[in-house]
Amino acid sequence: MSASTAIDWTKRRAEPSALARLFDWKPFLVIICLLPAVGLLMTFLTYPLGLGIFLAFTDTTIGRRGVWVGLENFEYLLSDPLWWNAVFYSVFYTAVATVLKFGLGLWLALLLNQHLPFKSLLRAIILLPWIVPTVLSAIAFWWIYDPQFSIISYLFVDVLGWRTTNIDFIGSAWPARFSLIFANVWRGIPFVAISLLAGLQTISPSLYEAALLDGSSSWQRFRFITFPMLLPILAIVMTFSIIFTFTDFQLVYAITRGGPVNSTHLLATLAFQRGIPGGQLGEGAAIAVSMIPFLVFATLFSYFALARRKWQQGEAND
Amino acid sequence: MLTTRRNAIGLSAAAMAAMTAAEQAQAQAQAITAADAPAPRLPIESGATLRMLRPVRFVQPDEDVFRANCARFTQQTGVQVRVDFVGWEDITQQTAVTANTGAGPDMIIGFNESPHVYVDKLVELTDVAEYLGRRYGGWLALAQRYGKRHGTNNWIGLPFGSSGGPLVYRKSAVNAAGYERPPEDHAGYLDLLRKLKSANKPAGFALGNAVGDGNGFANWVIWSHNGFLVNEDGSVGINSRETIEALNYLKEMYATFIPGTLSWGDVSNNRAYASNECWLTANGVSLYFALKNDPATRAIAEDTEHMLLPKGKASFSPMAGLTLNAMVFKHSRYPNAAKALLQFLLEREQYDPWLNANLGYWAHPLENYGASGVWSSDPKVAVFRDTMKSPFWIGYKGPISEASAAATAEYVMVQMCAAVASGQSTPEQAAREAERRAQRFFRRR
Repeated sequence: MSASTAIDWTKRRAEPSALARLFDWKPFLVIICLLPAVGLLMTFLTYPLGLGIFLAFTDTTIGRRGVWVGLENFEYLLSDPLWWNAVFYSVFYTAVATVLKFGLGLWLALLLNQHLPFKSLLRAIILLPWIVPTVLSAIAFWWIYDPQFSIISYLFVDVLGWRTTNIDFIGSAWPARFSLIFANVWRGIPFVAISLLAGLQTISPSLYEAALLDGSSSWQRFRFITFPMLLPILAIVMTFSIIFTFTDFQLVYAITRGGPVNSTHLLATLAFQRGIPGGQLGEGAAIAVSMIPFLVFATLFSYFALARRKWQQGEAND
Repeated sequence: MLTTRRNAIGLSAAAMAAMTAAEQAQAQAQAITAADAPAPRLPIESGATLRMLRPVRFVQPDEDVFRANCARFTQQTGVQVRVDFVGWEDITQQTAVTANTGAGPDMIIGFNESPHVYVDKLVELTDVAEYLGRRYGGWLALAQRYGKRHGTNNWIGLPFGSSGGPLVYRKSAVNAAGYERPPEDHAGYLDLLRKLKSANKPAGFALGNAVGDGNGFANWVIWSHNGFLVNEDGSVGINSRETIEALNYLKEMYATFIPGTLSWGDVSNNRAYASNECWLTANGVSLYFALKNDPATRAIAEDTEHMLLPKGKASFSPMAGLTLNAMVFKHSRYPNAAKALLQFLLEREQYDPWLNANLGYWAHPLENYGASGVWSSDPKVAVFRDTMKSPFWIGYKGPISEASAAATAEYVMVQMCAAVASGQSTPEQAAREAERRAQRFFRRR
């Protein structure tokens, strides 16, 4: 046996090319794989958001590049009763609509969780208000609230004869505010109800059976089984719901345009009104930016207040 | 304005009638007198092509005749012209982008104040404007105001027409109240409104966030009492004795309105008028045509009359029509061709058929077009002829600027009126609040 044969038997692995080595290098791979996602996020998320925040510190108008004015826009907003009014109504609108949506939505979810005939059909129908584009339902409500041609006024005045004048839904401040909240609740209930229904169905029936054997009342079953088991999904749904409601635009803009006399402006409609039709881009952006603290607070609140159980954060339960 | 299915059908019927009218109008154009004036020398650049943006039509023949006129220009000069029709809400933003990027269409027909906002980016049109003025008996007051740079005789825009909103009323109701036509003075007018109210045939004017109707009414309230939003030097002048007086008058006036006007948008008065709920309001000519072209409401149209808004204390009916204002951008590679096209479109052979095709939706900016066939085609439309004679404009009495446009879009005047009408503020408080808001728009930058 010569030494040369031994060399022949050694299997030599081909030296990988530079390109192959590059693709085997982990940091490069990480960058290459992240790049498309980062690019998309930068283009469609960071840039518009950053531009919006930048504009809030300038006095840009439509048609004229602005100059940096620092906090001037925000100082003006703090002295502007219209902005305070929009802050008040945004908070009020969100608070009242959320309470109603969750109260009624939970109730509806509990009902739908029973064994009913045509169960799936009913569940599909319940979703309808949420499926219809908001602008369409807003136009429907616009007609319902019309000072002259409201179907409700027609029923009360011409059919039933209970009133002699049409109902003034959106002609004065408080009725207009509640009319809009009603429209928002009508539209928002299905989302809450169906989400909570999904949560209800993840609760194991064995828990209820055990409770029944222990002789629990139906209130006790709700209070000690349903509600705690539902809390995690409630936190998520509420976070979303608060964000959607606080930033609502279409309902208000289509029905009242913020009127009468600005009493129903939400921050979103006021920001649009001032920025685009009013042309004051800088100030409109400042109003939009002023929504961020409220949204962050609302999100943190619903998240930490409702979802603080350790097992929800991946730790063992106490 | 929303187009309902009903008035869309009406419009298309009107469109067909107007098509034949437009053909006759070509011949009628000779009825417009034109003085001999030397046309400005505009040597058209070789290989010129043009692109124009303008707001979408009211009625189909508007677009057809406009395109035909441009095609005739192409035939005569060999310059290709492309016209894009843009939604009314979008034209301001598209003008802003065009002006700021220095790219895009060579010319835009925008609204009201547009040329004044982008004055640095525009080609001066004085030669064409002065020629047209000499040829057709002079530019009317509103056209001069919107066309010329403030305080100069330099033209930066060429107004193409204006759409006004005079009184629209039911003759039978006004006559039954003891008036031949609505009186011009405040006291008499208020008396008429009260009588209409007690006859259960109330008047109604938009006090909600309605861009056209709301601002038109609020401006009338203030202007007819000699009040104004802006002083001549561009400072805010709304908080005045005249404004307080006007708001006190409005308060009495509001008591006679049909309920719900605080939430009225631009279409609300049309609907209420068409259903016999409101008997006197202010609107463009569209309401009359919608009523006339629908068999169900033809009787209302026959009982309908138009009148310029009551003068009150002003010397001319206080109304500022929405004005089409054409401008040519400096970035255009063919400014002469662009100016030649605008001039061509305003000559009687082109302009008169276009005016006729519009049925009175747009009123002419040049004196001699007052003889156009459109104003004698239907006596009820004749009142719109004088829309551009108005000495009032948006942002009266100040220089025309983006600030006055912003104050209009933000409903400063409308909400001042609405706050008083609803009893939410006293006239003094409302005027102060309007002053505070307006000062923000009119601040020096």
